[in-house]
Amino acid sequence: MSHDQDHDHAHVHRFPPRPDQDDTLTYYRAMETAVRELLIDKGVITADDVRRQVEDMDGRNAGRGAKMVARAWLDLAYKQRMLANGSKAAEEIGLDVGPLKLVVVENTSSVHNVIVCTLCSCYPRMLLGLPPDWYKSRNYRSRMVREPRAVLAEFGTVIPPDVAIRVHDSTADMRYLVVPKRPTGTENWSEAELARLVTRDSMIGVALANEV
Amino acid sequence: MPDAVAHRFQIGDRVKVREAYPIGHVRTPYYVRGKRGVIERVCGAFPNPEELAYAREGRPAQPLYRVRFLQRELWTDYAGQPVDVVEVEIYQHWLEAEGPQP
Repeated sequence: MSHDQDHDHAHVHRFPPRPDQDDTLTYYRAMETAVRELLIDKGVITADDVRRQVEDMDGRNAGRGAKMVARAWLDLAYKQRMLANGSKAAEEIGLDVGPLKLVVVENTSSVHNVIVCTLCSCYPRMLLGLPPDWYKSRNYRSRMVREPRAVLAEFGTVIPPDVAIRVHDSTADMRYLVVPKRPTGTENWSEAELARLVTRDSMIGVALANEV
Repeated sequence: MPDAVAHRFQIGDRVKVREAYPIGHVRTPYYVRGKRGVIERVCGAFPNPEELAYAREGRPAQPLYRVRFLQRELWTDYAGQPVDVVEVEIYQHWLEAEGPQP
């Protein structure tokens, strides 16, 4: 064995490989693998179909929701259509939300809205992408309906006492999107410029839109 | 069998959530059972998830409402503001008509 190979070997051991987090074959993981392989073997779907769906899911991000919010800030008539029927308003600007039933709620000087799913982790993935881990935590899910002002303060969002907190518990077939308040100093901004101020957290309701 | 159960409630109606604890897959959170609220909107009718969860059809579909509850109705020691509310989606078969506020 040459000196170089010895060196490489020692080097590898200084950074031991971390085990994959999905290397435990649980009951449901085994079932998913079995069903997927059967569907592929029987020609119902292809492995490429599965890969493409995963790629699509990973590719969704909060930019879609931000586009809706920025449009609503600029176009009062659009905002009113969006508050009346969120799914139609998404389709109107070319966002495919599938069978999603979207309810859009608007923050004002007297109401602050925030979204939670106490029973599981329902989330408007078509508009915001995959949910953050904290959204699925028992801590967030149990406390947001019980002491929302305290939870919001932990996110750095202190809501004045004269503003009502309206918590939306996404328990069944609806999904929710918050329209945060438009930051001041954004007069004459374009839709694309405004959309950059609209963060994921501001559309869940745990934060405000970014200030200018 | 009709495709959907007829709606019983309108926006603004006062309702009370049934205080029942059936086993199985139920999408009515514990913290609103037995509590009083007001219909915020009618969402349409959807197959009953308590049936869907066991691979049944869930028909006829159940009307779904968004019900607004005052936080102080849900938690007697609520520490926020009296105007704070929670809005929850609840299927019709979990709701009873409630008389006007005394």
